[in-house]
Amino acid sequence: MSTVSETTHDSAVAMSAPPSADEGLTPLQRAQKYDLAQSGARPGLAEYIRQLWARRHFISAFASAKLTAQFSQAKLGQVWQVATPLLNALVYYLIFGLLIGTRKGVPDYVPFLVTGVFIFTFTQSSVMAGTRAISGNLGLVRALHFPRACLPISFCLMQLQQLLFSMGVLVVILLAFGQVPTWSWLLVLPALLLQFVFNTGLAMVMARLGSKTPDLAQLMPFIMRTWMYASGVMFSISVILKGKHVPHWVEVLLYSNPAAVYIDLIRFALIDSFKASQLPPHVWAFALGWAVLAGVAGFVYFWKAEERYGRG
Amino acid sequence: MAEQMDGVPSTTATQERIPTVIADELHIVYRVYGTGAGKGSATAALSRIIRRRPSVGMREVHAVKGVSFTAYRGESIGLIGSNGSGKSTLLKAVAGLLPAERGKVYTHGQPSLLGVNAALMNDLTGEKNVILGGLAMGMSREQVRARYDDIVDFSGINEKGDFISLPMRTYSSGMAARLRFSIAAAKDHDVLLIDEALATGDRAFQKRSEARIRELRKEAGTVFLVSHNNNSIRDTCDRVLWLERGELLMDGPTDEVIKAYEKETGK
Repeated sequence: MSTVSETTHDSAVAMSAPPSADEGLTPLQRAQKYDLAQSGARPGLAEYIRQLWARRHFISAFASAKLTAQFSQAKLGQVWQVATPLLNALVYYLIFGLLIGTRKGVPDYVPFLVTGVFIFTFTQSSVMAGTRAISGNLGLVRALHFPRACLPISFCLMQLQQLLFSMGVLVVILLAFGQVPTWSWLLVLPALLLQFVFNTGLAMVMARLGSKTPDLAQLMPFIMRTWMYASGVMFSISVILKGKHVPHWVEVLLYSNPAAVYIDLIRFALIDSFKASQLPPHVWAFALGWAVLAGVAGFVYFWKAEERYGRG
Repeated sequence: MAEQMDGVPSTTATQERIPTVIADELHIVYRVYGTGAGKGSATAALSRIIRRRPSVGMREVHAVKGVSFTAYRGESIGLIGSNGSGKSTLLKAVAGLLPAERGKVYTHGQPSLLGVNAALMNDLTGEKNVILGGLAMGMSREQVRARYDDIVDFSGINEKGDFISLPMRTYSSGMAARLRFSIAAAKDHDVLLIDEALATGDRAFQKRSEARIRELRKEAGTVFLVSHNNNSIRDTCDRVLWLERGELLMDGPTDEVIKAYEKETGK
């Protein structure tokens, strides 16, 4: 637009000898003159965030579309949204609650277990979806241009929507086991928000790793299961540690584990018998710290390889 | 016999010739893994991943060798050459999907590449694909809503019944290609790259897309078209690049280049 005044002058020259105006310029100089950008270059971080914001409707629409398509081939359809988390909780209750007996010393074991399973599943499925976010959508990545971070973010948003179904189930279970809604239930909102940011950051790291080494998708279930058993999903860390002499660093590690932090926060919010004294020290600081650390580091790490996704 | 012809017909000479794509001595090298020369055992593969060392069995394919050209606003450029001559690779590089080994490509705005293999979201309905595709290209929700009917009509998906509400995995390859083209063509692109995407459509659809390509050019865009159908190139392009073995053999007005190409290929 800035060259409007030049245009009339240039065109008069161009009539007689078309290429003369730019003759003698190197390709780079000509590219700069006409405001051309190098193809496939990575935008700056601020510009990248702006592009991402401009695609916010795509991110949310993609998440809901994927969510509804998920069970479209199943006969029961959307019933599975609720049935899957319920069956999951039932299996863990049979094994850990009845067979192994980790319920000892944990009051309100069923709400305790179900909360743990649902909250950990949120992180687990976000990480798994993140790993395949790029490698599983190469067609889309190669066909259309959009900031690639849309994909891992969208998949985490889809997991968040999925979690809302689970939370509905959880509320029914809580009420059935005699929990009374209190104001502390509202603490679920900030806790889930922080967990969502943490998940998204982690998913973006996994998306970049998974785009280069698709084998990770085979490996991740085992890593995630190990993480789950260490996160106090089906047992109480404080009950297990009571009266045992474990090295201090193991204790710190168990308590600062982000999955354990988010699970305990939500148990504290929802279950009456889960007292503040059972929470790890500085739990909100840890929840916030993990979210900021994973969110920022994951985003920057993902952006650093933006121009390389979907190539080769 | 590289014949560079600068003075492309005077149809565009009345306006200022504004470059939209500049390729400067572009070289592209593919790296192909697993050609069999290296050790194929699992432990060898693991150690390669851990040490981040490229595979021993890697081979390099020099697909584009030093191609330079400048494309201008309002031009429609055909790319011809035998299979494996580097046409698709060149388009991918212009779209920014393949890194250049040496040399550079400069483009105005973000070029969009339409290829035969570009599957969108197969598990979603055609309707969702239209909406999500539009949003992904950066259209607003209102723009998508306003153009939705046009896109569906243009694709002709609904001519034989209500197919737009079926998942895209149930579409025939021709239908899927038509829908993809319709989605991509709905936006005004500065640079649109079409890689044989029209070949699968039927005759009526090809006519419609050729009209749309001419429209896009009028909207001051540049269109690149790879096709093995010389008539299709004649109908839509005013300039043709002839690639052979990764080198630019000829660059000039459509009739001249196609005549030379047909002579060479003995048609």
